[in-house]
Amino acid sequence: MAKPRTNRLIRWRGLVQLLFAAASNSFVTGFLAGKIYQGDLKKLCAPGLNCYSCPGALLSCPIGSLQAVLTSRAFSITLYVTGLLLVFGATMGRFVCGFLCPFGMIQEWLYRIPFPWKKKTFRGDKPLRRFKYLLLVVLVIALPTLVKDAAGSGSPTFCKYVCPAGTLEAAIPLVLLNPGGPGVSAPPPAALPELRIEIASSQPVYETGPLFTWKMLILVAVVLLSVMVWRPFCRYLCPLGAIYGLMNPVSLYRLRMEQDLCIHCGKCNRSCKMALEPERRQNEAECVRCGDCVKACPTGALTMGFIQRKPRAAEPGLPLEPTDPQAKGRNL
Amino acid sequence: MRRRVWLIIALAGVLCICLGIARGEVSVVFMKAINICLECIGVG
Repeated sequence: MAKPRTNRLIRWRGLVQLLFAAASNSFVTGFLAGKIYQGDLKKLCAPGLNCYSCPGALLSCPIGSLQAVLTSRAFSITLYVTGLLLVFGATMGRFVCGFLCPFGMIQEWLYRIPFPWKKKTFRGDKPLRRFKYLLLVVLVIALPTLVKDAAGSGSPTFCKYVCPAGTLEAAIPLVLLNPGGPGVSAPPPAALPELRIEIASSQPVYETGPLFTWKMLILVAVVLLSVMVWRPFCRYLCPLGAIYGLMNPVSLYRLRMEQDLCIHCGKCNRSCKMALEPERRQNEAECVRCGDCVKACPTGALTMGFIQRKPRAAEPGLPLEPTDPQAKGRNL
Repeated sequence: MRRRVWLIIALAGVLCICLGIARGEVSVVFMKAINICLECIGVG
């Protein structure tokens, strides 16, 4: 049976993820010196979750930036970051999650580790997915806006108490690269104790205290869960995914179903690692546009992209009847 | 209908970006992003 070719972007998704993650974290000096990039590119937000305190990051994190403006003394709402999120969401939706998010890519790599009890879904999985909307409203928007100190500054509560991407991409590298504190790339030689004292007194030291321990626990939990469940952070915790998910149904990049070509074999549903049903609903908020359903479709009925392509004629030799008896007569 | 909603969101996004730039929000984002946010990463 000749299988229709899926589009190149989907076939090379892993490479696109890797290249985008590498390009957006290509400030090599940062990794060598334990510092961060301070150039003009940081005025822009990356579309995906990428901590701006990561030594290699060239762009700002949209969730961090959102909270930065909300916690500032000057502004109580942010039009700039909201606008960027609207443009990213309207154009790409959760294509960002599937192709342009470095933390999503890391979770996918972890899922490749062999493990006997991998779970596609489980009892409570669907209700738990709503938790990310709660985090978005409470930790990203409400608390940073409403809870402010006497000077009028708030606290970036999501970054501070939850974000495992910040722990992995920024806290761990910076602590490892700066044993003496920010800006110090290596401990001074033991022969120069006076230099050690000077540096210790002039540089703030990274406090790996209870907060760091708490964030490390969250990171370890996400890492362990990622081995068992596909993209647990994206499913349950990511406020950025929640924002883009809301725009998935209307975004320019979308999944399309050519009903005439669908043979209701159910392969697309079975291939979906997010446990969705692309045969019935193509543009759900939870779809991260990984394209596995498109690759699994034997007739080319499912397509994904920015532009609607001309429907392809059924390949000669393809079955015209449903191969899955349960799928026969299903209400679409 | 879907295309109309998409267009409204996209235009609203562009408008918000322009207004945000005019209000000076970019400098807040920039200042936060070029300094290591110890509080954000849980080491401060």
